[in-house]
Amino acid sequence: MAVLLIAEVTDGALALDATAKAVTAAKQLGDVIVLCTGASAKAAADEAAKIGGVSKVLVAEDALYGHRLAEPVAALIVSLASGYSHIVAPSTTDAKNIMPRVAALLDVMILSDVVGVIDADTFERPIYAGNAIQTVKSTDSVKVMTIRTSTFDLAPTGGSAPVEVIATGDDPGLSEWVEDKVAASDRPELTSAGVVVSGGRGVGSETDFALIEKLADKLGAAVGASRAAVDSGFAPNDWQVGQTGKVVAPDLYIAIGISGAIQHLAGMKDSKIIVAINKDEEAPIFQVADFGLVADLFVAVPALIDAL
Amino acid sequence: MKVLVPVKRVIDYNVKVRVKADGSGVDLANVKMSMNPFDEIAVEEAIRLKEAGKVEEVVVVSIGVKQAQETLRTALAMGADRAILVNAADDVHTDIEPLAVAKILKAVIAEENPGLVIAGKQAIDNDMNATGQMLSALLGWSQAAFASKLEIEGDHALVTREVDGGLQTIKVKLPTIVTADLRLNEPRYASLPNIMKAKKKPLEEKTAADYGVDVTPRLTVVKTTEPAARATGIKVASVDELVAKLKEAGAV
Ligand SMILES: Cc1cc2nc3c(=O)[nH]c(=O)nc-3n(C[C@H](O)[C@H](O)[C@H](O)COP(=O)(O)OP(=O)(O)OC[C@H]3O[C@@H](n4cnc5c(N)ncnc54)[C@H](O)[C@@H]3O)c2cc1C
Repeated sequence: MAVLLIAEVTDGALALDATAKAVTAAKQLGDVIVLCTGASAKAAADEAAKIGGVSKVLVAEDALYGHRLAEPVAALIVSLASGYSHIVAPSTTDAKNIMPRVAALLDVMILSDVVGVIDADTFERPIYAGNAIQTVKSTDSVKVMTIRTSTFDLAPTGGSAPVEVIATGDDPGLSEWVEDKVAASDRPELTSAGVVVSGGRGVGSETDFALIEKLADKLGAAVGASRAAVDSGFAPNDWQVGQTGKVVAPDLYIAIGISGAIQHLAGMKDSKIIVAINKDEEAPIFQVADFGLVADLFVAVPALIDAL
Repeated sequence: MKVLVPVKRVIDYNVKVRVKADGSGVDLANVKMSMNPFDEIAVEEAIRLKEAGKVEEVVVVSIGVKQAQETLRTALAMGADRAILVNAADDVHTDIEPLAVAKILKAVIAEENPGLVIAGKQAIDNDMNATGQMLSALLGWSQAAFASKLEIEGDHALVTREVDGGLQTIKVKLPTIVTADLRLNEPRYASLPNIMKAKKKPLEEKTAADYGVDVTPRLTVVKTTEPAARATGIKVASVDELVAKLKEAGAV
């Protein structure tokens, strides 16, 4: 049995963390063949070849795949599908966009956000914002799935798999890329950071959100936000943690001015240590916090920055 | 142009979910059910397009149990013109999989010929995030998932999408499928007069069999369990105590 794993490649760079965690899940299912695709993907492929447990890396380089548009990338994956028992990808927004399309083209169901591999047909996945875990058995001939990376360990590096260039497909001509709005940041990436500091509506304004960022920088942390903070314009959309944002499980998660709605908890409750700072002692966030501090954040956060 | 919006009846997002003792799923008997929040956003966007004169008709479709009528009435009260209910299950606990839903929608689309489909990006019950993308695949249409902005211009749509790195704008050929993310708009509440009016709007009933679609699930539920609970934490009295605890735990 062989598994085709779609590596996360953005603008030519491999997202090593997401890809190597998906490899850990895929390894349990068979031989892992990684596909790297993009306008440039060779460097990413060379890096993917070093992930332990990868048996081969396929590279499909073409401007057509440069912006991970769903239609051409899904067509490419479907053209490679025969011979694989499983087609998997880390649960990134790209994969969530592309993989259901792949599944439907193959007339199979998608298994989204898999958090556990029981056997080749049986998987665990969260439902209802992680308030229940469902074990499902697939009767489909090919299993198409996305892997929630926060629940799998990194596969070690040290491999040296062969890299093979493959033919690319035609442009379905359905969509075109126009622009990306991506802020460059020196901070660690939210989903792979060891420490995450998140702010909520309680922070009050975009200006005051700098306080959250200052604490994050002191800790070398990534910055997260609640939906309310993003909706209010305090923080950009890609910082949202939760059921419908990013799912994180750092060693330390500090929630500041966040009430702890289930939709937020869905994205962070598997963190190792959770700290909550909130002025309302009844806030539900305290039910999941290892260390809760009932305090005004405008007093507590500057003091915390000084004390660290 | 006509817009089609699929809507799903799901547990209300404020309800605390309880796993059934027999592990077969989540208890949905006697709990508050509502329209999936992402679908409300999709309905709102369709209505705004109609108000802006970009589309003529908004048709809402729900696939599931007969109680989904209420969900369709809500969409009609918000401003949709017409509704189609496809009865595909008798038990409220039966969840029709995205692949089967997409197949039924494809058949509905063959009859309705919309130029645009706006769906919610994910249903908050099964959290699959799949129906829109699957439907697009089956139709061979373009797709624009996780939209936070939608503009219709002639024979194409400009869509800004929320992605991991920030925002991506793409141009997709019509007909297309757009899936709505949280920040596409803020859905309106239906007013009382509109709720009354919605009762008279047309609601057609069909069955999955009418469209020749087999809704047998591809994924069988083996069991459903509660996630492991976190150990109870403690309250600290001061920032200094917090720092001491974090140091003790090796977290900083
Ligand atoms: C379909 C759907 C999807 C959703 N997806 C997500 C998601 O992915 N992520 C997410 O986060 N939410 C999501 N939500 C929203 C969620 O339900 C909550 O509304 C949101 O998480 C609330 O954000 P908050 O905690 O920042 O705001 P609030 O609930 O308003 O809480 C603010 C908190 O700040 C505290 N506070 C105020 N001032 C201070 C101060 N000076 N010092 C200390 N504390 C202070 C208050 O006591 C309060 O507890 C979703 C909702 C829906 C319907």
